[in-house]
Amino acid sequence: MNQLALSDEILMQVEKPARYIGNEVNSVIKDKAKTAVRFAMCFPDVYEIGMSHLGIQILYSMLNEWEDVWCERVYSPWVDLDAIMRRESIPLFGLESQEPVRDMDFLGITIQYEMCYTNILQVLELSQIPLLSEDRGEDMPIVIGGGPCTYNPEPIAAFFDLFYIGEGETQYRPLFDWYLENRSQGGTRQDFLRGAAKIPGIYVPQFYEELYNEDGTIRGRRKRYDDIPDVILKEIATDVTAIPYPMKPVVPFIKVTQDRVTLEIQRGCIRGCRFCQAGQLYRPVRERDVDQLKEYAVEMLKNTGHEEISLSSLSSSDYSRLDELLDFLIAECGQRHTNISLPSLRIDSVSLDVMGKVQDVKKSSLTFAPEAGSQRLRDVINKGLTEDDILRGATLAFQGGWTRVKLYFMLGLPTETEEDILGIGDLSNKIAAAFFEAVPKDKRVNGKVQIVTSTSFFIPKPFTPFQWAPMCTKEEFLDKAHLTKQGIMSQLNQKSIKYNWHEADVSVLEGVLARGDRRIAKVIKKAYEKGCMFDSWSEYFHNDLWLDSFKECGVDIGFYTTRERADDEIFPWDFLDCGVTREFLLREWKKAREGTVSPNCKAQCQGCGANRFGCGICYDKDGARG
Amino acid sequence: MKVRIRFAKYGVMKFIGHLDTMRFFQKALRRAEIDVKYSEGFSPHQIMSFAAPLGVGIESFGEYMDIELCSMTSPEDMKRSLNQVMVEGLEILSVTILPDHAKNAMASVAAASYRLHMKEGAFPVEDLCGKIRAFYEQEAIFYTKETKKSVIELDLKQGIYEINSDTDGSVRMLVNASSSGNIKPSMVFEKFCQFAGVEIPAPAYQVVRLETYTDLAGEGEAHRFVPLAEVG
Ligand code: SF4
Ligand code: SF4
Repeated sequence: MNQLALSDEILMQVEKPARYIGNEVNSVIKDKAKTAVRFAMCFPDVYEIGMSHLGIQILYSMLNEWEDVWCERVYSPWVDLDAIMRRESIPLFGLESQEPVRDMDFLGITIQYEMCYTNILQVLELSQIPLLSEDRGEDMPIVIGGGPCTYNPEPIAAFFDLFYIGEGETQYRPLFDWYLENRSQGGTRQDFLRGAAKIPGIYVPQFYEELYNEDGTIRGRRKRYDDIPDVILKEIATDVTAIPYPMKPVVPFIKVTQDRVTLEIQRGCIRGCRFCQAGQLYRPVRERDVDQLKEYAVEMLKNTGHEEISLSSLSSSDYSRLDELLDFLIAECGQRHTNISLPSLRIDSVSLDVMGKVQDVKKSSLTFAPEAGSQRLRDVINKGLTEDDILRGATLAFQGGWTRVKLYFMLGLPTETEEDILGIGDLSNKIAAAFFEAVPKDKRVNGKVQIVTSTSFFIPKPFTPFQWAPMCTKEEFLDKAHLTKQGIMSQLNQKSIKYNWHEADVSVLEGVLARGDRRIAKVIKKAYEKGCMFDSWSEYFHNDLWLDSFKECGVDIGFYTTRERADDEIFPWDFLDCGVTREFLLREWKKAREGTVSPNCKAQCQGCGANRFGCGICYDKDGARG
Repeated sequence: MKVRIRFAKYGVMKFIGHLDTMRFFQKALRRAEIDVKYSEGFSPHQIMSFAAPLGVGIESFGEYMDIELCSMTSPEDMKRSLNQVMVEGLEILSVTILPDHAKNAMASVAAASYRLHMKEGAFPVEDLCGKIRAFYEQEAIFYTKETKKSVIELDLKQGIYEINSDTDGSVRMLVNASSSGNIKPSMVFEKFCQFAGVEIPAPAYQVVRLETYTDLAGEGEAHRFVPLAEVG
């Protein structure tokens, strides 16, 4: 058995030592003498979160299929171990080999949310790799960033040697081949990066420079070499049925967030809600073959022994073969004593019927995400869910025995008025009233219905129609939350409604990081040096340290958040191309302000530009034209 | 039909806690496609019973669990297919069919034997053998156990059935492991260190459970310890 990187003494001191020992079922051990490329795949958050991420499992399995590559996993050591590793200068290690990340060829970091940026620095520092790309010597791993946040990589560009833009299935092999070729030729790190910059989807930030106007906006970009691209187009798996799938996902010893088999049924979403980044980034929708999914489900349950399976997609109800797949899973899982955890489905009699079969109706709750309190504002954000839909769904559910409903809204959306905010209370109340109407008194379990209404604060994201929109200040956010609360308190059924709201500080920070440019990097570094880490964990989020860092670096938060961008402003992320065109997004931004909705891809193509990939919904015969 | 499974847990697996070990086996039984019996109800679970929980950091070659089956081919087959889905550090040692009337593993546990050895080198105790004998010859061995709620004075002596040192320089003991009188080997060893006037911090030595026993003696008879696997 492998020597562990940490001593027994340390492992007995820290919470959940199982986070650091590897050895899980289906983890991959290789003979390092026979692998040419050592790859550390990192999710910069604690093990339980990182282990639950499907993307890493997909890449881990794909990379390890290649004989000459050994891919290992790395997560953020939790604060207890972090302190010990710093004190004793123990280098961060890969879980499989227990060897230092520093000695590997690549460190790939998946960047799923902005609030993990300081943890990227934690991982680099614990690995004893210089934080800044420019300070890394020949013997240091190549640090790669991937994942949704790389669609605006500029705030963290200084920390990465290269970014992989788009879906991981396509370009890792060419990248490794070039790496090996360069190494065998005795090429340098710079030589490798030069060549990598010409591989599709690969962005090498140090070869580009951001130029500014006097008012602080971006004037343009300058590249260091003529032969590297001006614009980098995202990579996409055009045939999702042909790409590898992790049939043997790693099974953790400890309970993680997603302790189950995850079946990805499709990529992308047809809906185009205007606040939603995922809805634009992963266009066009590509469905997986239902028969293949059935096979995968059975085999993955067998290979893991998990007692639960869940479907993964942005909007499962839109999967055309959903009924067939669910019927199959219900039959198969019943035999195997396996549970099905259903993603949030559009609530109608069919889905309620399915849910009734797989969930304990009394214990489970239904989820609706109207996102805005009035029909007007729902039209602005292009959320195609009407009050009638919700009330009809809720009534059916109440008749079916459900007594708990969760509602999700956003505050601070463009054009929002007081009336829209008060609409949140109204709608919550109407749902409660629907319960009392639908369920006669003698049939009410405990006589009660429970509505949980939650609001988050709207954060404009790159590559959405709202990328031009101003964001609220913290004070405005809190006023809105207050008004929401008052609105709810004034309702007849207020006792049945519980209201939660998200923290405002962290939303403002996320707003800066999401639409920031290269000038933000020094703020992130400073905040990290002051001790910020695990910012997505509210008990470790130190807003004061962040505010100090902005002040010390002379960076104005409002410039990035509350400012409305002109139609023709150059954005930090404009050099990336995610498939949808800027013209389309601008068109949608204008329609939003007029309150005009856009049909979804299935109903009518909106000419977003993603048809250029030549796949998916854009070419489905029963879908839209290209 | 009920079977009793004896397994070993060692190496890095000693860091996996009791509940996670149970979870591991639940999944392993599914991977091996063992025809386990499930409980009734909305979320059915496998019917299994573990003998004596093992503390984190301790290795063992005498762990037990009982499971109820709907069917099986043979104990050998089951052992083989389970071993195919284990990880390094967890190993199935035997599978025995239990008679229908057998008490479950947890209720059967009476004692457990342990070996303690230094992770590096030997115990820094001169005349280990003699010191242990002298230690055990004391009339009583009082141990103060502090819990969040109370401080209890225990006499360990009554629960130590045997203690001696081995030719390989390790310390061995057979102690009470029943749910009512369980004695942790580290408690005994701590008292011994005090007695011998040495300080040996817990991380410096390794505790290994060797076997778990049940007691076949009738009321009022002298203990008759037999390994849990030999029942049935
Ligand atoms: S339904 Fe709307 S919010 Fe959900 S993924 Fe699709 S576009 Fe985004
Ligand atoms: S090109 Fe049309 S069908 Fe294709 S993703 Fe864009 S809007 Fe949808």
